Amino acid sequence: MFKKILIANRGEIAVRVIRACREMGIATVAVYSDVDRPSLHVRKADEAYPIGPAQASESYLRIDKILDVARRSGAEAVHPGYGFLSENAKFAQACADAGIKFIGPTPHSMRMMGSKTSARQHMEKAGVPFVPGTARGLTSAEEAEEAAARVGYPVMLKAAAGGGGKGMRLVHGRAELKAALESAQSEAQSSFGDNEVYIEKAIVNPRHIEMQVLADEHGNTVWLGERECSIQRRHQKVLEEAPSPIVDSDMRRRMGEVAVKVAQAANYTNAGTVEFLVDQQKNFYFLEMNTRLQVEHPVTELTTGLDLVHLQIRIASGEKLPFTQADVSIRGHAIECRIYAEDPDNNYFPSPGKITLLLLPSGPGIRRDSGMYEGWTVPMDYDPLLAKLISHGTDRNQAIMRLQRALYEYFVAGIKTNISLFRRILRDADFQAGKLDTGYLDRLLAKPNDEAGANPQETGIAAIAAGMFAVLDPASSIANSGAASVPIAASSNWKQKGRAEALR
Amino acid sequence: MVYEVIVAGKQHRLELDRAGTGWQCRLDGKEIHVDAVLPRRDVLSLIVEGHAFEIKREQTATDLHMWVGSSRYAVELRDPRSLRARQGLTQDEKGPRKIVAPMPGRVVRLLVEEQSEVETGQGILVVEAMKMQNEIKSPKKGTVKKIVPAVGATVNAGDVLAIVE
Repeated sequence: MFKKILIANRGEIAVRVIRACREMGIATVAVYSDVDRPSLHVRKADEAYPIGPAQASESYLRIDKILDVARRSGAEAVHPGYGFLSENAKFAQACADAGIKFIGPTPHSMRMMGSKTSARQHMEKAGVPFVPGTARGLTSAEEAEEAAARVGYPVMLKAAAGGGGKGMRLVHGRAELKAALESAQSEAQSSFGDNEVYIEKAIVNPRHIEMQVLADEHGNTVWLGERECSIQRRHQKVLEEAPSPIVDSDMRRRMGEVAVKVAQAANYTNAGTVEFLVDQQKNFYFLEMNTRLQVEHPVTELTTGLDLVHLQIRIASGEKLPFTQADVSIRGHAIECRIYAEDPDNNYFPSPGKITLLLLPSGPGIRRDSGMYEGWTVPMDYDPLLAKLISHGTDRNQAIMRLQRALYEYFVAGIKTNISLFRRILRDADFQAGKLDTGYLDRLLAKPNDEAGANPQETGIAAIAAGMFAVLDPASSIANSGAASVPIAASSNWKQKGRAEALR
Repeated sequence: MVYEVIVAGKQHRLELDRAGTGWQCRLDGKEIHVDAVLPRRDVLSLIVEGHAFEIKREQTATDLHMWVGSSRYAVELRDPRSLRARQGLTQDEKGPRKIVAPMPGRVVRLLVEEQSEVETGQGILVVEAMKMQNEIKSPKKGTVKKIVPAVGATVNAGDVLAIVE
């Protein structure tokens, strides 16, 4: 087993991995950019080293700097988390060349799967069903127009190196294509350092369901059940659950077997996720394989009773899987909310800033994986994911009730978060009935918000409370008196844009 | 203590006086006994006729909100003895309009030049924050009189990005 591991990441996932290491008696090395010196992962690690300026391309994406820290600190292995270098085959190769174990698949498997275009070519050979489109990147707007015309609109533009909706655009017709291609390429370049973008036929309102797999370095591969990830905004997952409300044990086994076939075709090792699009007839198509630990891995951990990070580390150190497929069983139901720093009243635009108050939920069936703390200033330079709130119950209904209770307890001030969005989703009849697809959230947001309006009793309580705060905490008394909110032109414009987008 | 409190746009008169361990409130003339404890900054525990409330206070440079449970109420608190002008700012719909940054970020592209004619909703520049590129659009048809930040500049929420007349 390793004695020391470097975590090449930040935020909640770095904290998650550091916790697993501490549980296993492994020392941890954090790396941080200038703006992340006060970040939580730096405080939790045993050792921490600066790796440069805020911009990820000068810090968290710098292979040379990270490997230099690994050598200096004597780390034997690197855990890449998700995002940043986690799916970068060059990084995995550079680790191998430096004699440092990369906790993840081999560079060969990553190259095969990491580029979505290459994955499509290989899966075609292995006989795995996938969505029609181009298997190569687009070099010009003319080429994009030809390809789109061939598969038929609507089409989806996707970054070959992509994930999390970055560098991805839905295009309804030829008129939108050129601008969408340029912005997708530019976003792909800034997010992944690679502007390759390809076209895929858009399946309208599919479900997005993925299967967790785990493979050791001795030829054993297992599947650990699916995650329903259909609730998305701008192709970014917002809420995930396991199991999916529509997958029965037979469909689960069939998806699991295809996922294992995908993994084996790539000689895959360590933890990975095979993503499927599922149409209304419950046919499933291979979409891509994510060659990393997923953000939403906790719902699988809660329903299987396994610790995926422990297993990743044990597999990377050469151990065999300590169980077989027959030992895997799914118990209860788990739901995860991704708490983002974004403003629900302003079309969910990012909202970095200082957290002035943080009240945390706890109690039965609640897990929080978080990278934030009160007093911390959320930097504007990275992904807006702050924390994940996960509930576990004996069935879906209990998981929903627990999550609603926990969301009632959760409070973040100083920055805007999407916590209110989850309250809205969880009380929605379609969500409760499990009627989900990737268009679900846009439809929900297009409806008028059913949040209870000003309640006369609460209005009175708010008035009394405002006065009581002023009396009991005079230092911060009526600083806000007379502060008229400035009706800024752009603000209404953003709202209009939000409505227009929601109606698409 | 006497306050004028505006909650969700409606004005109330609030009087607070110590009464034993609690407080005697008069809200718009109605007498209410309140027990109040401040367990920590920005969190207030209120008991009103046996009903318990946890109130959270959220203050920014421009706004004050009270959260009662999961509901947020915009609040303005005034001391009626102060001589502060009460008129809110008004925005002239016809004249030049400022476009301000809705969030902190970095300007990555300008989509038009100064003195260009733009339509309502036309993109003026692109601001990137937390890896999302957001097109900032013109609120009106007119001429772009000024674009304030240069490409690469960092802007804060509320900074003026452009003026359209």
